[in-house]
Amino acid sequence: MSNVTIRQVHKHYADFHAVKGVSLEIKDKEFVVLVGPSGCGKTTTLRMVAGLETISEGDIMIGNKIVNELPPMDRDIAMVFQNYALYPHMTVYDNMAFGLKMRKFDKAEIARRVNNAADILDIKDHLTRKPRMLSGGQRQRVALGRAIVRNPKVFLFDEPLSNLDAKLRVQMRVEIKKLHQRLATTSIYVTHDQVEAMTLGDRVVVMKDGLIQQVGEPLELYNNPANRYVAGFIGSPAMNFADTMIEEVGGAVYATNPTMRIRVPEQIAARMGPHKGKPATLGIRPEDLHMASGADPEDLSFEAVVEVAEQLGAEIILDLKAGGSAMVASVEPTVKVKPQQKIRLGINPAGLRFFDATTEAAI
Amino acid sequence: MIEGAVWRRWVFFRLPMAIFLIFLLFPFYWMIITTFRPDGELYIPWYRANYKPFWTWNPTTAHLKYLFGETTFLIWMWNTTFIAVVATAISLFCGVLAGYALSRLNFRGAALLGTTIFITYLVPQTLLFIPLSEIIRTYSLGDTPWSLILSYPTFLIPFCTWLMMGYFKSVPKELEECARIDGAARWQAMLYIIIPVAVPGILSAMIFAFTLSWNEFIYALVFLSSPEQKTVPVGVISELVRGDVFFWGPLMAGALFGSIPVAIAYSFFVEQYVSGVTGSVKG
Ligand SMILES: Nc1ncnc2c1ncn2[C@@H]1O[C@H](COP(=O)(O)OP(=O)(O)O)[C@@H](O)[C@H]1O
Ligand SMILES: [Mg+2]
Repeated sequence: MSNVTIRQVHKHYADFHAVKGVSLEIKDKEFVVLVGPSGCGKTTTLRMVAGLETISEGDIMIGNKIVNELPPMDRDIAMVFQNYALYPHMTVYDNMAFGLKMRKFDKAEIARRVNNAADILDIKDHLTRKPRMLSGGQRQRVALGRAIVRNPKVFLFDEPLSNLDAKLRVQMRVEIKKLHQRLATTSIYVTHDQVEAMTLGDRVVVMKDGLIQQVGEPLELYNNPANRYVAGFIGSPAMNFADTMIEEVGGAVYATNPTMRIRVPEQIAARMGPHKGKPATLGIRPEDLHMASGADPEDLSFEAVVEVAEQLGAEIILDLKAGGSAMVASVEPTVKVKPQQKIRLGINPAGLRFFDATTEAAI
Repeated sequence: MIEGAVWRRWVFFRLPMAIFLIFLLFPFYWMIITTFRPDGELYIPWYRANYKPFWTWNPTTAHLKYLFGETTFLIWMWNTTFIAVVATAISLFCGVLAGYALSRLNFRGAALLGTTIFITYLVPQTLLFIPLSEIIRTYSLGDTPWSLILSYPTFLIPFCTWLMMGYFKSVPKELEECARIDGAARWQAMLYIIIPVAVPGILSAMIFAFTLSWNEFIYALVFLSSPEQKTVPVGVISELVRGDVFFWGPLMAGALFGSIPVAIAYSFFVEQYVSGVTGSVKG
């Protein structure tokens, strides 16, 4: 069993509290992605799992065994680094064989495993080359190959695709996904890119300032963000937010501000008890907005002024101004609008989310 | 490279470069000419009509014969080589290990220790030879090669340590981390990954250390006394300058042959040396 348990882990650097009590249960064969802005402690967390950084407080277990004091070589993990960290003086073959040589595998077994990995990753033709003669994508494959030949308990990835250009990144993303489906090795993957996180992860962990914000399957994070931060981080273009006051008028609950007066759907309204008469943040994703027609009720639409319209073919991204706040809407590609035009946008009520104005937690 | 018109390239690049080269190479030219010039031409005053300082039509090997036959020059060469090689080996060994430790092991006071080592390097030899000669006498090492082999590292180790420290810092730490995850102990990661990657840096430290000990003068002058123990720089000066008489021919021949090994060492490793000093490792 190669499950990984991170229990109340802290990391203090000399004068900086980088990881502030992270707890996470990673199941056997699971692909978990840590995502968050730069500096939120993702790499530090991963390096503590790898044993490259001491753990200030808490426990890390790999396969039900506490590894806090174990050196990296005894943890049976493999790590892929952002800058690949290929050994520049060794051929591709030797790069992949190094870990096996260190572990005293016999020559035939090393050759079998390296060739097998080279087959899977399609780098058979480059085995005798030095890393500097390879392209970025090929180097990335070698780095992956070096990780898989050892057949470790856990793969750790630290932003492995961020040095590649956009097209190659998408390609390698698919490649990594396939690799995981084939090998089914427990993986922890760090990235700052929420698209990578959503597409790769069985589960995604959103971090900020050394703390976990939410853990969940990609769709769960998208549909039920635990707080305003996760709501804004997951999804592209990002969710729109508007400051509103919660009011009850004649049995119905409304979120109002000078430019909109939106009726809160029944289910959410039931939870609004303690928030009545108080400010709350309304959240709505661009894809839950559309050009309003006569069928859209007054209290599920609002007026906005078009600033820029970006035609993407499959959709139009509208940058709007609604009262004081900027909004983004994704609408049908056939819509015709001009800059500075005043339009009315309808809201899909299922897409409405509300967040406490002070704690930012979802209501 | 200077871009643009031909005249610009001449004025701003080729001409200054040529002047610089002439300036640098002239002493070598002078050494060679003087080595082969007969005594009769060497000692005539400059105002004589037949004074031709830059060329000779009567080359002679007399000075070479004197140098190799009448002095112990070959023994000096051997002494210098032996001392320089052993002192360089010791300093390189210590410098590589110390440089690695100071740049990679984050122990308490590493930065302070690094600075202290550098300050040691700044203590002038002209001061240091006084206490050192006391030590050499106490251990009765005077007038043996070991007096120099053991005192050269006092400036070579700080020098190598600093050069290697800088170089190791330019090697991405992920290389080593990856090796340690791959199953290498710290010493294995150092031996199989870091040192091979740092070869250009090690080579340039080696060339520098070798040159410094080859040319060293003060310690050699103070610690060695008998002619058959001397190194080339000291031997040439003390045996070929008698009172105020300079044996210019053999002197220049000695200087010429004394600089050949260093020149060979440089030309051999020049490429690694350049990349070692500019120091960049690509993964
Ligand atoms: N060796 C270190 N010493 C001090 N602070 C560090 C060190 N490594 C990282 N940090 C700090 O810890 C925070 C988290 O870093 P990191 O885990 O690398 O973030 P990221 O989520 O971008 O990977 C950052 O603010 C960084 O400046
Ligand atoms: Mg990072």
